[in-house]
Amino acid sequence: MRWVKKGLVYIILSIAALLIFFPILYAFLISFMTGGELLQGNIFPERFHLENYQKAFDRLPLAHYLLNSLIISLSVMLGQLVVSAMAAYAFVFIPFKGRTLLFFIFISTMMIPWEATMIPNFMTIQKLDWINTYQGLTVPFFAIAFGTFLLRQHFKTIPKELHEASEVAGLSKFRFFIKVVLPYCKTSLVTLGAYGFLTTWNMYLWPLLATNNDSVRTVQIGLKQLQTQEMATEWGVVMAGVIVVIIPTLILLFLGQKQLQKGLAQGALK
Amino acid sequence: MKSQVELNGMLDNVVKKKKGIWQQSLNWRTALLYLLPSLILFSVFLFYPMGKTLYLSFFLTDRQGEANVFVGLENYLYLLESEAFLKSIKATILFVLYTVPTGIIISLFLALLANEKLKGIGFFRTIFASTMGISVAASSVVWLFLFHPSVGFLNKIIASLGGQGVDWLLDPKWALLSVSITTIWMNIGFTFLIILGGIQNIDEHLYESAKIDGAGYFYQLRRITIPMLSPTLFFVITVSLINAFQTFGQVDILTQGGPSESTNLIVYSIYREAFVNYQFGTASAQSIFLFLCILVVTILQFKFGEKKVHYQ
Repeated sequence: MRWVKKGLVYIILSIAALLIFFPILYAFLISFMTGGELLQGNIFPERFHLENYQKAFDRLPLAHYLLNSLIISLSVMLGQLVVSAMAAYAFVFIPFKGRTLLFFIFISTMMIPWEATMIPNFMTIQKLDWINTYQGLTVPFFAIAFGTFLLRQHFKTIPKELHEASEVAGLSKFRFFIKVVLPYCKTSLVTLGAYGFLTTWNMYLWPLLATNNDSVRTVQIGLKQLQTQEMATEWGVVMAGVIVVIIPTLILLFLGQKQLQKGLAQGALK
Repeated sequence: MKSQVELNGMLDNVVKKKKGIWQQSLNWRTALLYLLPSLILFSVFLFYPMGKTLYLSFFLTDRQGEANVFVGLENYLYLLESEAFLKSIKATILFVLYTVPTGIIISLFLALLANEKLKGIGFFRTIFASTMGISVAASSVVWLFLFHPSVGFLNKIIASLGGQGVDWLLDPKWALLSVSITTIWMNIGFTFLIILGGIQNIDEHLYESAKIDGAGYFYQLRRITIPMLSPTLFFVITVSLINAFQTFGQVDILTQGGPSESTNLIVYSIYREAFVNYQFGTASAQSIFLFLCILVVTILQFKFGEKKVHYQ
């Protein structure tokens, strides 16, 4: 009886996994197909050749876009970590007047959908002459209330004795922050970092607005270009582009899944 | 006349007090230093533009977005009478109804499955979470192909079963549903991860004692898992609702708001009004509307969520 039940669970798991993963698997297989194979409706390509990948990199400066996306995602990740950690430190370890009120203001920023501010933000970026620049694509996203909130939750778990001991030892606030708080909360920093990298790598609307040439354009916009250029004919090339774009984030997700799951659940619930 | 000693004492006091204020504000000044980056960035890229959006919504603007003529509530009144905007609202509400409940139920189902302690379960968890690592643009392009009328996989399946192919993205009856299917698939990864995290946080002892009492799987599910999971579910519902209101990429790649504006969701509508039609005034009024929608969702969370939900 137990065996039957186990087998059943495995079967349901497998069907679900196949259904969920099918679009990605299919895209992967198509990325090796020629136009003719595709029209015949094959599911498996005749052979695994890299022609479509070659073409995708030829048609668009895809390597350049990948580098742009990497630079932008890393910058936003670092920016968010620094800005959020500093704010969270102040909220946990420095007693000052109006702390509760200020924290409430921070939290209230989560209620403002970014899209509702994009028109004036676009104008600001234009006035600063930041269109087609890295700073235009990164700086507006450095401050994130969610990050401050997540780190604050973890900072609060640092034992009071540790704080007192470091004060007795004459450690300055800044050194306590750098030497004690940050190492203690490494896991939350990793979670926030992975989260920031993923969301920035996948950003779509803002890069669409804030770039109008190839100089700092990201891979996501590259995908849209590829898809509009190649439409009816060469789906293999488009799918090759898709695979190239999703590989970095998939790897990141596979490596950091456990961490992300724990961290996000903590930030969400406590 | 006051004696020298008294004078000295007073002087001392003044100095002490001065130093006191400076000392007292030390914490305040240090805190400000740490908070300054956030405060500046929030002011420039969040509070100021939110105010500016509200301001612009009362004006007619030129092509550069400079406010020209004050029109009061005219933009809002115009929107309420505009058929296109009402259609957009209707599409957005339908989209929310299609995507949020279905997405959460599927993710909950997957999370319950993936919580079974079996060999190789890590592999399945990774697969279920995988869509979180796939961008909106990539997902949309893949689904654009799956929905393709002639070479798309979905119509091929239908054809092989002897059915009539569907114009997934070209038929106003189907387009919104197709965009919803894509969205549900995209969101499963994130929702699944959060719910799984929630399930794993539930205290094992609760199940052990239930088992001793001879409770079956579904009894445990109804009496332990779901109630203990309610804060997680509540969080996930709120995030999904807000995400649904903010949908843009899928629409831009799959349908461009068509056919006959059946998928013109609110953010796409704002985008077109502002950056294609250069009507920044009415676009801002729509933005305010979006802001209010999300405000209501958040307030409802605080009002009802805290009370109804069972926290550990």
